[in-house]
Amino acid sequence: MPEIKYYWEDFAPGEMAQFGEYHVTKEEIIEFASEYDPQLMHIDEEAAKKTFIGGLCASGWHTCAMAMRMMCDHYLLESAGMGSPGLDESKWRAPVRPGDILSITRECLERRASQSRPEMGLTRFRHTMRNQHGEVKMIIEGNLMFARRHPGAEA
Amino acid sequence: MANWLEDIELGNRIELGGWVMDEAEMIAFARKYDPQPFHIDPVAAGASHFGGIIASGWFTVACWMRAMIRQRNEQMLKYQPVRDEGPGPKPQNGPSPGFINMQWPTPVRPGDVLTFSATTAEKLLMKSRPGWGIIRSTNQGVNQRGELVLSFTGQGMVTSKPQS
Repeated sequence: MPEIKYYWEDFAPGEMAQFGEYHVTKEEIIEFASEYDPQLMHIDEEAAKKTFIGGLCASGWHTCAMAMRMMCDHYLLESAGMGSPGLDESKWRAPVRPGDILSITRECLERRASQSRPEMGLTRFRHTMRNQHGEVKMIIEGNLMFARRHPGAEA
Repeated sequence: MANWLEDIELGNRIELGGWVMDEAEMIAFARKYDPQPFHIDPVAAGASHFGGIIASGWFTVACWMRAMIRQRNEQMLKYQPVRDEGPGPKPQNGPSPGFINMQWPTPVRPGDVLTFSATTAEKLLMKSRPGWGIIRSTNQGVNQRGELVLSFTGQGMVTSKPQS
C-alpha cells in the first residue's frame, strides 16, 4: 500500500492542482457500457452515428469512473481518504469520445472539521475534466472525507 | 419511446427490481476505477473505519443504471409506441446534463440486496435551448434492511410539445 502523504490539513482552500492523462479507447467505452449502460450511443459505433449524440461516446457514469481513477492515481491513494458522503453535482458538459486524452484540474473550495467525529474532516473540491484540446467534458463538485493529522485540534 | 415534456407525469415511481451486489464484481470494478484499499483489499478494509469491503459509490450507481436500462428495454418490448404514429413532429429524448445531489448514506457491502427505483420529480423548460426541457427524477437504492444506500437526482433532456 502506498505511503500516506496527505491528511485533511494538507488541502488548503484556494489551492489548485492539475493531473492525469487518461487515454479513452473505443473498446473501454463499449466494455463499460455493455455491462452498466447498454444504450446504442455507448455500445454500437454505427448505430451511435444516428443518435442525438452523433457518434460513440462514453456513458456519463463511465466518465465519472474515469475521473475517479485519475483522482485515485494522483492523490487519493496517497491520502488518508475516508470515502465520500456524496457529491453536490456533476455537469456532463460534452460527450467523452474515443481518442480523448483526459486530465483534471482540482480546486479546493472549502474544508471543515467534523463536529461529531474529531478524527475526520471534510473537504469540498471542484474537479474539472478536459480533453487534450482544452474542451471541458465534466465538472464535479462535492465533499471528500479525510482523516486528520491532528484529531480534534483547532481547525 | 419518448414523451413530450408536457405529457410526463410527476410523482410516477418505477420499481427497478432487487439486485444482489456480487463481491467479485464489486472488487473488479474498484480495481479498475476506484482502487482505494477499503474497496479492493479485504484485510485493509477490515482494519478501516468501514470494518470490511464496501462498494465504490460509482459501482452502486452503475448498478442502478443497469437496472434502469433493463427496465426500459423490457418496457419497449412490451408496448408498441402507438402515439408516435401519424404526421407532425415526434417527441425525442436528448442527453443527460448530469446529476445533482448524489448521496451514499450507508455503505454497500458484498451480498447486499439492493432495491432500485426512479420517481419523476420535476420538469423545467431550458432557457438555453428552445424546444427542449429537462425532466428530473429522484433515484434511489435501498438495502435488505430498508436502509437508503443511494439517492440522487437524475436529469434527462426531452423535447417540449410544439405550440399549435
